[in-house]
Amino acid sequence: MSTTAPLTAEPSAGPIAPRPEVTPTPPSPSIWAIAGRLSRAQYWAFASLGLLLPLVAWAIVSASGWVDPVFLPGPMTVLERMHLWLMEDDLITDTGISIYRVVAGFALSAALALPLGLLIGAFRPVEALLEPLTDFIRYMPAVAFIPLVMLWFGIEESAKIAIIFIGTFFQMVLMVAENVRLVPTAQIEAAQTMGATRGEIIRLVLLQSAKPAMLDTLRITMGWAWTYLVVAELVASNSGLGYSILKAQRFLKTDTIFAGIILIGVIGLLMDQAFRWLHRRAFPYMHFKR
Amino acid sequence: MTTTTSVATPKVQIRQVGKVFSGAPAGTPAALQDINLSIKDNEFVTLVGASGCGKSTLLRILAGLEHHSSGEVLCSGRAITAPGADRAMVFQHYSLYPWLTVMENIKFSRLLKVGRENLSSSDVEAASGRADALLNLIGLSKVANAYPSQLSGGMQQRVAIARALMGRPQVLLMDEPFGALDAQTREVMHDLILHIHRIEKTTIVFVTHDVDEAIYLGQRVVLMAPRPGRVERILEVPLPARRSQDMKVGAPFRELRAEILASIRESSGMATDFDLLEKLSLQSEAF
Repeated sequence: MSTTAPLTAEPSAGPIAPRPEVTPTPPSPSIWAIAGRLSRAQYWAFASLGLLLPLVAWAIVSASGWVDPVFLPGPMTVLERMHLWLMEDDLITDTGISIYRVVAGFALSAALALPLGLLIGAFRPVEALLEPLTDFIRYMPAVAFIPLVMLWFGIEESAKIAIIFIGTFFQMVLMVAENVRLVPTAQIEAAQTMGATRGEIIRLVLLQSAKPAMLDTLRITMGWAWTYLVVAELVASNSGLGYSILKAQRFLKTDTIFAGIILIGVIGLLMDQAFRWLHRRAFPYMHFKR
Repeated sequence: MTTTTSVATPKVQIRQVGKVFSGAPAGTPAALQDINLSIKDNEFVTLVGASGCGKSTLLRILAGLEHHSSGEVLCSGRAITAPGADRAMVFQHYSLYPWLTVMENIKFSRLLKVGRENLSSSDVEAASGRADALLNLIGLSKVANAYPSQLSGGMQQRVAIARALMGRPQVLLMDEPFGALDAQTREVMHDLILHIHRIEKTTIVFVTHDVDEAIYLGQRVVLMAPRPGRVERILEVPLPARRSQDMKVGAPFRELRAEILASIRESSGMATDFDLLEKLSLQSEAF
């Protein structure tokens, strides 16, 4: 390292310019910059704040006595109710049956929507044949099918599964088709100029390329499956979390309603996280930090 | 007999080729009109011209990705009707498979073959040897197991070139492959592709809008012009077969460059009207 004075326009005091003792720290960019950055710790701080604030507000409002506890039970009451539900009632059975229905309806939807969406995305004639039809059915409210489904399936398990299927399938097909259409043309054409056949392009390019986006589609539609589950259980069931919520309304047990809603939220959040984890595991190449 | 292949038969023959895009409004000039070009085995030909001259369309017709409306296109004496492994193409970007490693991308054409036939272990070994050699050729042996998203743009294009060469295509088609790279990386890629051309003895058809690139790489430069898309002139590049960067400042290079640029400027109809600019700025000063 040389110790000669830096070249400056101003005349320096001596032959060796005194170095500043403390180098000023460069200003760090604000976390409030548009499209700015957050450290991992900062992210979690804000995330916990976002989760805790409503909880605190809820506790304050219910403790203040402004609202009749019949209409707004406190967080502790709800927690106690959840505990009681678990110990003395059949929370496990209710949760289990609800999860079973969601997974069954969702799996049936996915099993048909994935191959069909792939074909719609790959072949224009299939798109022309099925997409307008799917768009048309998609706009029919799934809830309006409930009376029909009850006539056809009764109040068997198949009725709930059918409603979840109707609610998710048509959206899923269109989203999967879009996932496939978004595969870069250059990826397809490169395979063609390497001699790939149509079948090979579908199997080795379209499917592989669209897979990560398809998993995201599944993650998003899983959320909708929960919505339709509760709808199905509210009207056509005598078990499950949705049914428990409806039953609690009849007896004005608002703490049970709260407990049921929060449980569904927590299960949904866990499933969403499971999908995200799967995404990181299955597609590591999409999660490199550059 | 046109099918007999002799030494004199060109690798690629383009005769009277025209292209009109279906659905183009009436009165639109043809995308390509009356194109004639033959390309010798192991030749390096560059296509250059103003935008809309049809250079990419012509390349895509050679690849079989686009169909010509009239005329005839032959590769090794056979009519081109569809894409095939004998005419591999390198695209400007987004063509690598992000879910495959560098090595797996290069071996993609092999993957297709393995799926179709029962290959003997010596075949597989030979393929691995070929992939290793290509990886060495592009100087990326160290990142064989990296994914494309971990590579720079220049490295990604090297992989795309190696992948296209893997199946030993008769013709390598390149559609502005270095258009998205910075100037320094582009120079490195130029010398790399010239080296590859010598080693692999491939016939290369290279589309670009960069006149320097067209001259530096090409043995012949096909100068095209738009509305309708046509071949304006075909120019022999008066430079030694072994190119080096210092030739770019020499007189033959500069003269050819000036000639081509003038021709493109004229045909593109996009020359700056300085009188008009002057008048406009005078007007705005008046306010």
